[in-house]
Amino acid sequence: MINTIATTANALTILVYAAIPLTIILVYALVAIWAERKIAGFIQDRLGPMRVGGWHGWAQSIADLLKLIQKEDIIPTNASRFLFKFAPFMMFAASYAAFAVIPFSSGYIGSNINIGVFYLLAVTSLLTLSIIMAAWASNNKWSLLGGMRSAAQMVSYEVPTIATVLTVIVVSGSLNLMTVTEMQSGNDILGFLPNWFIFQNPFLLVAFVIFFISILAESHRVPFDLPESESELVAGYQTEYSGIRWAMFMLAEYADMLLLSLLGATLFFGGWNSPFGEFMSGPLWGFFWYMLKGLLLVFVMMWIRWTLPRYRVDQLMHICWSILIPLSFINLVLVALWELIF
Amino acid sequence: MELTTILFYLFSIVTITAAAVMVFSNNIVHSAFALMFTLIGVAALYVLLYADFLAATQLLVYVGGILILILFGIMLTTQGKSLSFKTSTVNIAPASILSVAAAALLIYAFVKTDWKITESGVRDETVHEMGMMLMGEYILPFIVVGVLLLIAIIGAILMATRLSAHNDGEV
Repeated sequence: MINTIATTANALTILVYAAIPLTIILVYALVAIWAERKIAGFIQDRLGPMRVGGWHGWAQSIADLLKLIQKEDIIPTNASRFLFKFAPFMMFAASYAAFAVIPFSSGYIGSNINIGVFYLLAVTSLLTLSIIMAAWASNNKWSLLGGMRSAAQMVSYEVPTIATVLTVIVVSGSLNLMTVTEMQSGNDILGFLPNWFIFQNPFLLVAFVIFFISILAESHRVPFDLPESESELVAGYQTEYSGIRWAMFMLAEYADMLLLSLLGATLFFGGWNSPFGEFMSGPLWGFFWYMLKGLLLVFVMMWIRWTLPRYRVDQLMHICWSILIPLSFINLVLVALWELIF
Repeated sequence: MELTTILFYLFSIVTITAAAVMVFSNNIVHSAFALMFTLIGVAALYVLLYADFLAATQLLVYVGGILILILFGIMLTTQGKSLSFKTSTVNIAPASILSVAAAALLIYAFVKTDWKITESGVRDETVHEMGMMLMGEYILPFIVVGVLLLIAIIGAILMATRLSAHNDGEV
C-alpha cells in the first residue's frame, strides 16, 4: 500500500516536472502566433490584428484558440480514421519529447542525460513520420504530395543539421546540453566577449550559418515551406484538417521552431549564460537570457518568412545536397583541425 | 509496484500489440505504421536496460531512416494508396509446423536456461566508454562497416544514375 502511494507520488512528481516546458510552449505559441501576424503586418506596411483585446489586438490568438476548440471535428469519409486522428497528437508529442533535454536554466533541465543532443535529433525524426501519417491518412492528393515533399526535405536537411551539430560536439566533447552550456560561461575572448562557441572559433560561425539554414528547412519555414506551399498544394499535409487537430499541427510547428532555435542558442550562443559574465546571472536570469536568445532566433525566422520568396523543389534539393552538405563536412574537418592546433 | 516495472509492462504491451497489428493488418501502410510503434517500444525497453545510446540510435536509424524509406517505397508504387493483400492462406501446413517448432524451441530454451540475474548498477556514462571501445578495441570492424556502407552508397548512386540516364535516352 505504502509502496503504491510512493509510486503514485513519484509518478505525479515526474508529471509535474515534465509539464513545466509545456506551459512555456503554450504561452510562447500564443504570443508567437500573434507576433508573427504583427511582424507580417509591419513588414508589409499594414497594422495586422488590431481589434481583439484592445492594445494592438493582443488577445487575437486567445480568441482564435477558443474558436478552434469549438469547431466541429471533421474527418473525411475515406480517411484512415485512427491514423488521421492520431497524427497531430503524435507530431506534438515528438517535438515536445525533445524538450526533455533542453536546459532552460542552470536550475532546470527535464532529463540530464549524457546523450542529450543525440536524443533530440533522434526524437525529432518522429516529426517526419507523423507528417507522412497525416498526409497518407487524409486520402487527399494535396496532402500526399505535401507529405512526400516534407519527408524528402526533412530527411535531406537532417544531414547538414547533424553535421553542424557534430562540429560543436567536436569542440565541446560532450553530448549533454547542460555540459555544453556550462563550458561557455565566462567572458574571456578579447577581454570582454562571452565564451560562446560562436566567438571561439571562426569556422563555428560558418557552422552556425549552415545550421540556421538547415533548421529553417527542418521546421518548414519560408523560403523552404514547400510542404505546405499554399499556392501549389492548398495547405499540404494539413489540407483536410480543421478545428483542434489543425491547431495541434500549428502548435507542433511553433514548438518545433522554438525547439530548434533553443538548440541553436545552446550550441552557439551560450545557452542560459548571461552575456555580461556574472552580472545578471543565476537560474531565473538564466531562463530570461535563454528565452531571449531563442526568441530572437524565432524572430529572425519570422523576418525571413515575410521577406524572401519560396524556392522550387529542385533548388531546395540542390541547396542541400550540392552546397550545404559538402560545406558542412569540410567545415567539420576545419573545426577539428583548428581545435588540434589552438 | 515500482514505476520502472509499470513502464516496462506498458512498453512491452505497446511493442507486442503493435507487432501483432503489423503482422495481421491487411493494409500495408497500416503495417508500416504499426512497425513504427514496435520500434519505438523496443527503443523504450532499451532505455530501461540503461542502453540509452542504443535507444536513440534505434529511433534515428530505424524510425527516422529505414521506416521512412519503406513508406516512401510503398507510396511511390502505383497501388500505394489502395494496395491490400492477404496475410494468410499461403502454405498453411508448413508454416504452422515451422512456427510451432520455433515456438517450442524458444520456450524450451527459455525454461531450461539458468538465467543469471545480476543487479546492474545505475550507469550514467555509456557514450564515452562506447567511443573508447570503437576507437580502440573494435577499430577494425568499425572501419570495415564504414567501408561497407560507403560501397552501398556508391552502388545506390550508380544504379540511380544509370536508371535516369536510360530514361533520358528513351525520352
